[in-house]
Order: sequence, then C-alpha cells, then structure tokens
Amino acid sequence: MSSTVLREPRPPTRSRAGDQVFRGLAAGAAALILAALAGVVVFLTYQGAPAFTAPATAVPGASGFFGYLWPLVFGTLLVSGLALVMATPLSIGVALFISHYAPRRLASVLGYMIDLLAAIPSVVYGLWGISFLAPRLVPLYSWLDQHLGFLPFFAGPTSATGRTILTAAVVLAVMVLPIITALCRETFLQVPRLHEEAALALGATRWELVRVAVFPFARSGMVSAAMLGLGRALGETMAVVMVLSATGVVSVNLISSVNPSTIAANIALQFPEAAGLTVNVLIATGLVLFVITFAVNLVARSVVARRKDFSGAA
Amino acid sequence: MTHTSQSRAALSRTALLGSLSLSVALGLTACSAANESSNSSSGGTGSATAAQVSGTLNGAGSTAQEAAMEAWKASFQSANPNVTVNYDAVGSGSGREQFLAGGVNFAGSDSYLSTDEVKAAKKTCGSSPVEVPVYVSPIAVIYNLPGVNKLQLSPATVANIFAGKITSWNDPAIRADNPGMSLPGTAITPVHRSDDSGTTANFTDYLSKVAHMEWTYPADDTWPIKSGESADGTSGVVAAVKHGSGTIGYADASQAGSLGEASIKVGSHYAKPTTAAASAVLAESKAVAGRQSTDMAMDVNRTTTKSGVYPIVLISYQITCSTYDSKAQANLVKAFESYVISAPGQNAAAKQAGSAPITAALRTQAQQAINTISAGRQ
Repeated sequence: MSSTVLREPRPPTRSRAGDQVFRGLAAGAAALILAALAGVVVFLTYQGAPAFTAPATAVPGASGFFGYLWPLVFGTLLVSGLALVMATPLSIGVALFISHYAPRRLASVLGYMIDLLAAIPSVVYGLWGISFLAPRLVPLYSWLDQHLGFLPFFAGPTSATGRTILTAAVVLAVMVLPIITALCRETFLQVPRLHEEAALALGATRWELVRVAVFPFARSGMVSAAMLGLGRALGETMAVVMVLSATGVVSVNLISSVNPSTIAANIALQFPEAAGLTVNVLIATGLVLFVITFAVNLVARSVVARRKDFSGAA
Repeated sequence: MTHTSQSRAALSRTALLGSLSLSVALGLTACSAANESSNSSSGGTGSATAAQVSGTLNGAGSTAQEAAMEAWKASFQSANPNVTVNYDAVGSGSGREQFLAGGVNFAGSDSYLSTDEVKAAKKTCGSSPVEVPVYVSPIAVIYNLPGVNKLQLSPATVANIFAGKITSWNDPAIRADNPGMSLPGTAITPVHRSDDSGTTANFTDYLSKVAHMEWTYPADDTWPIKSGESADGTSGVVAAVKHGSGTIGYADASQAGSLGEASIKVGSHYAKPTTAAASAVLAESKAVAGRQSTDMAMDVNRTTTKSGVYPIVLISYQITCSTYDSKAQANLVKAFESYVISAPGQNAAAKQAGSAPITAALRTQAQQAINTISAGRQ
C-alpha cells in the first residue's frame, strides 16, 4: 500500500519508461477485470429486470418469478450443501495425510493426483456419473429405502436409474475435492514449525499435534477452502445437467427420480429453445445465482482477511 | 512454502491466461466464420441447377436436423466447391428468432412458424416466407425391461404410464395390450426430456389428441408434469432408459439403438416406428389453414386409424425468405433447398440420421414453393 521500498539510489537508467509502461499495463489489466465484472452485473440486471415485474401468468409455470425461482434455489443449495458435507471432511483428511503423515515422495505423488482430478472436464464427470456411478448406487438406495425409509430423505420410491440428487451431490463432491484439498494442504503446510515442535516437546502425539497446533492455525483457511469449494459446486452446470433427473419439485427426498433442479442446470436446459420473456426469466435466475455465489465468496474472503498473515488461499 | 504457493498461483495464472487467449482465439474464429462475406460472384441465372452457385449460406436452428444437415452439407459442398454452408444447431426457437432478426439465411425448426412469426418474417424478408418440411422422423417409445423384447401399447396405456397412473409392468392395462405375455411386476420409471424439445412437443401433442381422457395437458415443448424421471437431450433419455430397469421413454427412433421399441395401437392394428410408417402419416396430414402456398406448415394427423401408419412423428422444417437481396444469394438458397428435398438429399438424410424421406407428392409441392425464391428485395 503506502509502504515505499527504500533502495540505494541507483544511477538513472532507461528502465524508467519500461516501469511506466508496465505499471500502466498492470493497472489496465486490473481495471479490465473490474469492468468485465461490472459489465456482467449490468447485463444480468438489465436483461433480467423484466422478469421481476412480469405478471405471474407470463412466467413459465404461471406462478410468478419467485414461484419459478424458489425450487431452483432450493435445489442449488441442497445439492451444493450435500456435496460440501461429503467433500470437506474427506478433503481435510487427504490434505492432512499429504502434509503431516505421508512420506515425502508419496505426498508429492498424491498431491499431483489430486490436482489432476481438478483438470478433468465436468462433462466427463457427467458421463461417469450417468453411466457408471448412478446404476451402481441403485442397490444402496434400495437398501436405504428399506431400512431408513421412515426418514423423509430416504422416503422413496427409489429411482430405477440412480440419477438422484444424492448421486449428483456425490459427483459434485468429487469435483470440489481437489480445490478444498489443495487449499487445506497449503494452509497445513504453513503452520509454523515452532508451534509444531513446541507441541511435540510437550509430549503430544501426532493426532494431538494436529489438534492443538495445526487445526487452530488453519481454521480460517479450512473455512475459506470449503467456501470456495461451495462456490464451485453452486455454479457447476454440465455434470448436474447430465446426472440429475430434475423435475422441478421441492423435496428433500434424496433417492427418488423426482428432484429439484439447480439454477445453472436449468438455464443450460431451457435456454436453447427459450424466447421472449422466458429468456429474461432465465437471465434473472442467473443474477440470483451470481448474488449467491458472490455472497459465498465474500464470506470466504472475509474469513481469510481476519488473519492477515495467512496467505494460503491466494 | 510461500514459494510453493507463489509458484502454484503463478501456474494457475498462466493457465487462466492460456485459456483466456484460447477462448478469444476461438471466438475470433467463430466470428470470422460467421462474417465470411455472403456476396458472391456467381452469374447463375434462373435455373436452380447446382453447378453454378457459390457463396456462403448461413442457417441456424433445430438440433434434430443436425445429423441430416451434416449429410446435406457434405454432399452439397462437394458438388459445389465454391459453396460454404454453415449450420448452427442452437435449437429451433433460437433458429427462428435469428432468422426473423435477419441474422441467418434460413432457419431449421421443429415447429412451423406461428401466425405472429409469419408476420415478422414478412417484415424481415419483404415477402412471404417459404416453409418446407425437410426432415421427418418417427419418435419411438423405447423401454428397457429384461425378458420382454416385444411390447404393444395402446395410446391410453402410454398416456397413463407417462402420467404416472400405471406404475407396474404387470398392470392389467398393459396385460390387456399384450395378451398371453408374461410381464414382470417391476416398477415403471417413465423418462422424459428435461430440456425444451420438439420431440416432447410432438409426443405430448400426440397424447393430448389421441388419449385426451388420460392426458389432460396441452402440447408443449416442456414436459408438463412434475413426475417421472428427466434426462437431457435424446442421448440423455436413451442413456437413462438403458441404464435403468423397467424404464420407458420417448426418443427419435434412429437413436434407440438396441433398446426395445413399443408398437403403438393405431385403429385396430399395432404399428412399429418405421420410416415407411412415418412417411405414410404425411399423406394423411392436413396443411395448416390460412397460409400462403409457399408455406407448407402442416398438422400431423395423430388420430388416424389407417393401418401401416405411425402417427408419433416429428416434422422439421426449413424456413427461408422468398426474396433475397442478390440473385446469387437467391440462387444459392434455391439450389440448397432443392437438393435437401430431392430424392438423393432425403436418402442421404435417411442414411445418416435415420429419418423418413418425404413423399413424392410433398416433394412436388415443396419444389414449387422453392421455385418461387428469387432476387426481388432491393
């Protein structure tokens, strides 16, 4: 910010002009990002505005914009939340193994494999979900229905294809795993050596070391990692489109064919054939998704900002 | 460690830049492809013979026509080396919208122009639009029920299955349609399209006309009820039906693959979704009233009782102007459309996409409509 780096006075060189140009380029790049973001907001608001004021009967489903929006928001939050519940503990475990348990060589190989998961396109995850994972989860869902059917989550009737919201959440969990793992690993690696050695000197076991030295230091990093993972899950489109059998209901039943859709998937499905006000409605749902994602990221950033010395979530 | 995180960040930044520049490059390519000048130096006159045309023809619309369009593009371009045909399968609705806005030379659409759209087209074109059926495809009711490889269904049963009222494969209604067959008690999972689709529109149109007691919803691009399983696109429905057990869905017959196709009761017979039976229904169908002679919009006769006719078909149209700015452009459109409806064009589509060739009578009528295309707009 205002910290000026004082250096030995140098003989005047020609790099002055280069400095100016580079500074200008960097500032321009930064401004461009802001302009792009502002452009997206303006576009979404301008194009989405007619949906907010449209008569209820003109909106698809004839129950007004918020009647149209609500099941989508519900589905988006449900599937992302489930994915996060599954992915976060697993990610923390994997990250901890890499940073504190695994031998160095294994750790680097494992870290590389996890990063590789992030490089797989979501359409491939979708294909995997629909043709491999979903059919194999059907017996599990039948079992859940039989033994835990009294819970509203497993009320059934069981889907014959396994393309349920729980399957979609499993696929999403695999997709957000690399992000959360990578960020957690970075934070765990930044735990000051002195803290760890102090814990060991006090006779802590490896688990106690993790509990008293690693977790307290890395808590904000873990929270922000989970939040960034959530941001990814909220906006994921293709995999959800392919895996989820969405019919637009509001239901907490996780194992049936009848599921709520998500905002992103709904836009992808309905946009190609949309015309007139429907386009405005879809764009307005996009605006809502933008706001939700923005809020999630804002929370993540504010958690990170509370610890100024933390820099792992860059 | 800070070093690690920095290099990681740098790496991800590089990747971002890379992908950005890639997408920019792709965008540019797309733009330049779309902007390729559509004016041409052809001196082709009146006759629509293929050898004289050149230039670029841009179309957009129906995804159903995409596979057939590949075949049409390939043979038309090899017969006319100076011609480039671009077809953007963005969906029928988008295609019509782009055409009405004057963005493309022709549109492919699974539903014919509405009365309002005809008016808009007249404004854009400066003349009446030409609308010809180019792609007719039977929609099969596909199912996956181990041990059952022949299935007959009456329209009422189909409607009740998809409405979720018949839930088991050994329901008396299904047994009545299939006398003497042993059916398992597996639960039925009806699969429908989750995206807006001309296939859904035609299927629901069929149900609402033939089984209006059981199916009380109007024809719609979007599946009207919130039950059953949904899947994205024809391939999604086929995959869902294939990977489930006791599943039933509807899809373009050419995409059914190894899945069972139900025979549907028409009159007192059961009809298979063959291309011949699909073509036959065209002869039974009536033109939409109040249209110009160049507008061949037709309502499929779903309620036919004739044997050898399969009424669940999708008709996809190509929509062009009847006048274009330049003679060269008009000749190009005329030549392409003439090829598409010609016997070789229809057979190429049948081979590539499994569609049903249009009948000779329709071809004559379509050719007359196409012949009116001229350069009149100044």
